[in-house]
Amino acid sequence: MNNNKATFAFWVFMAPTLLGLFVFTLIPIFWGFLLSLSHAQNSIHVGHFIGLRNYTDLLTDSEFLRSLWTIVVFASFIVPLNFALSLGMAMLVNKAGRGTAFFRTVLFIPSAVSYVVASMIWRVSLFSGTPFGLANHVLGLFGIHAIAWIGTASPPWYWLVLVTARLWLQCGFYMIIFLAGLQEIPRSLYEAASVDGASGGWAVLRYITLPQLRATSVSVLLLNLIAAFQAFDEFYNILGGSGSSSGNIGLARPPLVYLYSIALSDQDFGRGAAGGFILTALIVGVTLIQGRIFGFGGSDK
Amino acid sequence: MNQPDCLSPITRRGFLRAASFAAGALITGCGPRGVPGARVTLTQWYHQYGETGTQEAVLRYAREYTRQHPDIAIRVLWVPGDYGTKLATSLLTGGPDVFEGSLTAAMVRAGQVAPLDELFTPSVRAEFSPKDIAVNTVGGRIYGVKMLDDVGFLYYRKSQLTAAGIEPPATMDALIAAANKLTVGDRKGLFIGNDGGVNALLTLLPWSAGSDFLVGNKIVFNNPRTQAAYEKLSELNASGSLLIGAPTDYWDPSAFTQGLTALQWTGLWAYPAIRKAFGDDIGVVPWPALDAAGTPVTFLGGWSQMVNAQGAHIEEAKAFVKWLWIESTQLQQDWSLNYGLHVPPRTSLVSSAPQLQGAVPLTAASALRKYGRFLPPDWDQSMTTALTDALTNALKRGQPMASELSAAADKCTRELERALE
Repeated sequence: MNNNKATFAFWVFMAPTLLGLFVFTLIPIFWGFLLSLSHAQNSIHVGHFIGLRNYTDLLTDSEFLRSLWTIVVFASFIVPLNFALSLGMAMLVNKAGRGTAFFRTVLFIPSAVSYVVASMIWRVSLFSGTPFGLANHVLGLFGIHAIAWIGTASPPWYWLVLVTARLWLQCGFYMIIFLAGLQEIPRSLYEAASVDGASGGWAVLRYITLPQLRATSVSVLLLNLIAAFQAFDEFYNILGGSGSSSGNIGLARPPLVYLYSIALSDQDFGRGAAGGFILTALIVGVTLIQGRIFGFGGSDK
Repeated sequence: MNQPDCLSPITRRGFLRAASFAAGALITGCGPRGVPGARVTLTQWYHQYGETGTQEAVLRYAREYTRQHPDIAIRVLWVPGDYGTKLATSLLTGGPDVFEGSLTAAMVRAGQVAPLDELFTPSVRAEFSPKDIAVNTVGGRIYGVKMLDDVGFLYYRKSQLTAAGIEPPATMDALIAAANKLTVGDRKGLFIGNDGGVNALLTLLPWSAGSDFLVGNKIVFNNPRTQAAYEKLSELNASGSLLIGAPTDYWDPSAFTQGLTALQWTGLWAYPAIRKAFGDDIGVVPWPALDAAGTPVTFLGGWSQMVNAQGAHIEEAKAFVKWLWIESTQLQQDWSLNYGLHVPPRTSLVSSAPQLQGAVPLTAASALRKYGRFLPPDWDQSMTTALTDALTNALKRGQPMASELSAAADKCTRELERALE
């Protein structure tokens, strides 16, 4: 009787979540998998099966491979940069004494800004190619001619625009995570270190702070890496064109943007779905490798 | 890309309008509801035109139709943002009864659009320009009614050319020389888009060399003429005379009207705004011929009205399209001429329109007939992407043009074969 009641309660509480999971996650994944095996042009109907051709098409498509390479290069820059910057900010804010709450809030605010809005500001106000864009205006004060930040490949200034936009948007968030981690470190450890003669500077960072932040660091790295591989918004909005124009996106096109254009502009949903699975496999693979290196997911020591 | 998203420069006011419309639509349920007692309600989609008054105009047309046909109500949806994607996605699962767009063969193969041949009686057919029929024809059947023709031009200020002692450029080399000469201080010589002209000139350059893209079932752009034309674009990009990084792209005339550039490639739709800025001190030429063996060109763009083949009221939808875009010549005239400036697809309306009598519009209308080019419906977006990538790689990454072109041609051929499988 009691057991029945408990079962009933279990289903009452779990059913909506399970239903949502089933309808909005599992069915679409399964449907997407079937689509990835189908020729589905201007259609989301499964049926015209063509085996693995969508996969082989994509894996032999030089532009898709280039987009994978683009994102690997991007990730290998942005992940360490983001990590170092947010850790540095967290340590500074942690030391700010009475200013901590103020700086924490101020530095976190950019995380609440929409990627699209930030991209527009970066593109139109800060890094506009005209002499009155902020960056060019500053250069102008030193007598340097206006630079087309976004439209030229040599030198590839657009990376500066993309990377600074992402850092501004994300650092605050990772900083909060680090800050929480820093505040978890017992003061007594620092006192002990100080007694042992490791007073301040690199020694404390190297032997106390970083080891104590290990769990936090691994999760920040992981989130960072996945976010980098999923990059879409700032690339699409800073480099992309408007309407039917693809703008400068060909300069640096991450896989998600390429797949978006395959699925939604070309209306080739089969190939788009196949690309989604390839990208998922890549993210899982890189995450596992990273886990191996940093020991994530293993039991703690 | 044969369909530049010409009419939607997002202005601050336009954005606010769209936002308040979206809010209003949430509350009232999108556009005018059917009058009580209407037997059928047709849904009609438009992309968000940038010109003031366009939205009121289409709502007025819809009301007028319901007044004359009380049992049919028209629900107009004005779609801001990436219209093409929204439309294509909605057509996968139902979609609007009537919509504007540009026809692709894939839409026909997927059974998304209803044939409209019966609307084109011999007399109606004779009225439309043959290019406007061809752009909507797949497999010998017509699937769309052209609503307006858009066409692009190289705009210049007569006084500036005279002062610099330059003739309006008639060849690519003359254009490059003019752009160099007109680059003075912070003002650049030429604006062809923030991507250095890749998008705006992707098709125009090969056409200006006498080449083409898709003829019959053959991809034909991979040849030395295409290569020569694209290499001129490299020369332009290397010259330092191009404006790159303007606040808006080439479809918007502000870079020209604000004096950021001396020459700009943009559409006839921008003429009213340019005229407002410079009065009669404006001249236009089509895109110049590559050389003596080439030809001047411009694009034939614009929008067509189509009927959803999966809609519940196909016959009613056809009747509405027939009324609005074939019978109601006055409304068509209003639509093409009273907001932005477009060329009406019907030849009789071109000659009778007072708005088209100035020097620039007259040049436009005749250039459209003589030099207007479009990509056939069998050319699809994946081919545009392949060609854009090839040009980008050659232009900006320094890859050899010949091998990029031949790789793109192979890719396009594969896509074409796959589509026709």
